[in-house]
Amino acid sequence: MLEGLMGIAGKFYKAFIEGERWKLYLSGLGITLEMTVVALIFGMVLGVVVAVIRTAHDQQRPGRRNILLSILNALCKLYTTIIRGTPMMVQILIWGFVIFASSRDKVMVGIIGLGINSGAYAAEIVRGGLMSVDVGQSEAGRSLGLNYLDTMRFIVIPQAFKNILPSLGNEFITLFKDTSLVNTIGAAELTYQAMRIGGRNYDYMPPLIGSALIYLAIVIIFTWLQGKLERRLRQSDRR
Amino acid sequence: MIDVKALSKSFGDHLVLDSIDQHIYPGEKVVIIGPSGSGKSTFLRCLNLLEEPSAGTITFDGQVITDPKADIDKIRQQMGMVFQHFNLFPNMTIRRNITLAPVRTKLMSQAEADDTATALLKRVGLEEKADAYPAQLSGGQKQRIAIVRALAMKPKVMLFDEPTSALDPEMVGEVLEVMKELAQEGMTMVVVTHEMGFAREVGTRVLFMDGGKILEENEPHAFFSDPKEQRTRDFLSKVL
Repeated sequence: MLEGLMGIAGKFYKAFIEGERWKLYLSGLGITLEMTVVALIFGMVLGVVVAVIRTAHDQQRPGRRNILLSILNALCKLYTTIIRGTPMMVQILIWGFVIFASSRDKVMVGIIGLGINSGAYAAEIVRGGLMSVDVGQSEAGRSLGLNYLDTMRFIVIPQAFKNILPSLGNEFITLFKDTSLVNTIGAAELTYQAMRIGGRNYDYMPPLIGSALIYLAIVIIFTWLQGKLERRLRQSDRR
Repeated sequence: MIDVKALSKSFGDHLVLDSIDQHIYPGEKVVIIGPSGSGKSTFLRCLNLLEEPSAGTITFDGQVITDPKADIDKIRQQMGMVFQHFNLFPNMTIRRNITLAPVRTKLMSQAEADDTATALLKRVGLEEKADAYPAQLSGGQKQRIAIVRALAMKPKVMLFDEPTSALDPEMVGEVLEVMKELAQEGMTMVVVTHEMGFAREVGTRVLFMDGGKILEENEPHAFFSDPKEQRTRDFLSKVL
């Protein structure tokens, strides 16, 4: 019994402490977080743009159809259909081995793949959020003489954002975990480091269990932060 | 000031406004009454194109606003609108609710708009609420703020869409009081309401709508004491 425990401790020592291997996990985690944050920002911007285009298209007054808007709307629909209809893993492989096959900056390639993927999901979340805001709000904005974009920017989007924060939190968590797929194209993130150390020690159990615990810890911390942010945004609801 | 010619509006097969002709002169206080579903709110909402008319033209201050090339944002800046459900922006303080539009449309600088907001809030007795959020106010307070928010744009005409219908009875008075003051200052007003007392006291002309048409119009005294149409008499006997 004791011997067994000692054996496991020894394995973990070899996988994490020996030869300062913890530094590799740390650098992997750094890259994972970097990819998550940059891809999230990229995806959110993309998602808001797509959502606003699609909502603006659907809210056009009949008889005043704008051709440019119809083309943009068709492009946005094509984009969400392709991205949501194909596996994330295959998309990452295509970015890494087909489109940017000669690029050496695999982290950047990963960010592009993750961001574009996340944008398609964020767009649907944001679109739902925009539609959840009472139509009276945009009527009030427009009746004051504000144009469509200002009404969106100052009135509708801030309220939509509050409504969709829980879903966006889930999207962030999904994105954070999906960064592990980028190890297949050779970006040195957390899973990549764990696999490398596992390979070198001929023992995959400690590094993989260890990295899983690291992912879990970050998700728990993030969920806690998200709860705090939601409580803050509810400030204006207080009576 | 507002000239309406052959205005029709249908939602699908349902004809809500049936070829309405109407002219609203500067300084008039036009009160529109009628049963629900008569098209009175739709008529009002057509005046600033919140509803797109199906046919007909509306001219405001010499500009044909139903023309697809008309700059509707510019025109709406000159027409204030007050809604039944207030529609204050819950994500902003009262001050920002009032100053957002004047500042973004470049009518005023932020400092000018802040001064305007303070002066307007003082006028309706709510200056201490400037930094509160809408959720912290009563219905009557919200509606007074909504009126003030529209006034901050210095509109030439004010449209009221059942401004007191969503209020507790004890709060109706404070809102009507603000509207009366506004009327006395000479503002051109178009008011859709069920408040017959207000129509009689403040209105300069009462329109009775039913079935998408204006069935009868008259100055309030004659309208209420001697209605011409049977339909108007039936309606008045039920609400008075």
